[in-house]
Amino acid sequence: MPYKTETIEPGTELMTVNMGPSHPATHGVLRLILTLDGERVVKAEPVVGYLHRGMEKIAENKTYTQFIPYTDRLDYLAPLSNNVGFALAVEKLIDVAVTPRCAAIRVLVCEMSRISAHLLWLGTHAVDLGAITVFMYTFREREVLYDFFEALTGTRLTTSYTRVGGLSRDLPAGFLDEVGRWLDRFTKELDEYETLLTKNTIWVERTAGVGILSPADALDLGVTGPNLRASGVEWDLRKARPYLGYESLEFDVPIGTKGDVYDRYLVRIEEMRQSVKICRQVIKRMPGGPIQVDDPKLVLPDKEKVLTQMEELIHQFIIVTEGFEAPKGEVYLAIEAPKGELGFHILSEGGPSPYRMKIRSPSFVNLQALPKMCIGSLVSDVVAIIASLDPVMGEVDR
Amino acid sequence: MPVGSAYKGPILPAAHGAEVTRRAVEAVSAKFGQAVKEKISFRGEETLLVDAARLPEICAFLKDDPDLRFDVLTDVMAAHFLDRDYDYEVAYILSSYPNNAVLRLKVRAGGRLGPGSVPTVTGVWATADWQEREEWDKVGVLFAGHPNLKRILMPEDWEGHPLRRDYPMEGIGA
Repeated sequence: MPYKTETIEPGTELMTVNMGPSHPATHGVLRLILTLDGERVVKAEPVVGYLHRGMEKIAENKTYTQFIPYTDRLDYLAPLSNNVGFALAVEKLIDVAVTPRCAAIRVLVCEMSRISAHLLWLGTHAVDLGAITVFMYTFREREVLYDFFEALTGTRLTTSYTRVGGLSRDLPAGFLDEVGRWLDRFTKELDEYETLLTKNTIWVERTAGVGILSPADALDLGVTGPNLRASGVEWDLRKARPYLGYESLEFDVPIGTKGDVYDRYLVRIEEMRQSVKICRQVIKRMPGGPIQVDDPKLVLPDKEKVLTQMEELIHQFIIVTEGFEAPKGEVYLAIEAPKGELGFHILSEGGPSPYRMKIRSPSFVNLQALPKMCIGSLVSDVVAIIASLDPVMGEVDR
Repeated sequence: MPVGSAYKGPILPAAHGAEVTRRAVEAVSAKFGQAVKEKISFRGEETLLVDAARLPEICAFLKDDPDLRFDVLTDVMAAHFLDRDYDYEVAYILSSYPNNAVLRLKVRAGGRLGPGSVPTVTGVWATADWQEREEWDKVGVLFAGHPNLKRILMPEDWEGHPLRRDYPMEGIGA
């Protein structure tokens, strides 16, 4: 019989337990105040803000281009995805469309970072429930992905890869072939992970029927991304409001049926397969041409031109020191980040920086659903539920 | 589909969503007449500036109307101004998953418009709880009727609201 908090006998002594902020299972500095009736959770209150760095205030004092490195530090497991989301929002504000090659590369890096983010989730989720082997496998593949990111951007973590109107650099030689070969190998790896978990009795016992989130609650609480889809709601911004040419790519949106921890596991595993499918299509039809829009007032000129032509030198100087002028207006643009809907809400009063910018972070909004999922479950299940929700505190606290 | 039952799919084309957004703008203007102060279109996004006092009513209408079904509150953003008739502007991004539509509602408060408070929409969408808490924490606009309006990103004993325009970049007393 399911546990009901309404039927707690009067006089029952409840216990308050503080979980976190530094607890290995809270995935960063998340604190939970749990009220317990024996082993059952009666109330759960998340306390956040330990990583707050005031990014939105910083944005008001930086030019749009200067803010790109800060986006790396939002969801630090998928920095490329954040770079792309921010660049798209600013491009919407100044009404610029990127080149086909730039769009294709952006899709490729978004999907690669989705795989990377999901691999970290899978490894740590399994460790939290005692399956340490999976962690070793997923981190081995993440290492390969980090090597790709390093070859592409020069850094493993703080990529700062996009520019408003383009990218910081083109693909290195042989990059697509290497990625293609890795994708072939990774598909087999993914099957291996599944043999370790999907039908593993212990795994299923620990996850199935745990932390159920109904579709109605998920929508009411604003949950997005894999967590929402696991609850059975078909919603993916790549399909609903396609950006960067996602409409021309073929992929499925996996959805769950029960909305429990196991469904969230299945959905993310399938999302990795779909990301592989998208990467393959992008690699196959990678267009040539420039990676920057042809607008000297917006993108930095070639180094050679800067050293030989006066106007280009002036353009470079103005863009670096003053930034570009954005029109007055308000835009909201969201992408389907690995964690869900990552939105940038920019209020511009003109000038080179936003008057106010809100970062709609999927982890922050998703975390609000945690109490709903935890109530009535066992303390040991709370660990599984947090892991399945996959919050990244860098993005929650900003 | 009966009103209130959760959307499960399928995702409709964005063109249908744009059409529903247009219908929503018309429906709100027709039903709430005087409460709609301004209609703004920018980069394909529709915004309605409405009377703050009528906000929960308008939100409930947009959510419950069987044709519109704005079932998700995606984002809340508050901004502080120093040299205007009003102190605060709060923007709400409403999404209709069943129709794939988006609409922005905007309200103004404070200054010559009266007290710096906006009625809460937590009664319409549960997600407004944290989102409104966050905006109050950062900007200082009050959400009247909010069940649990306390600090969320800043420490509990913090003084002031750091995203106000009169709050120094280096912090107060630094």
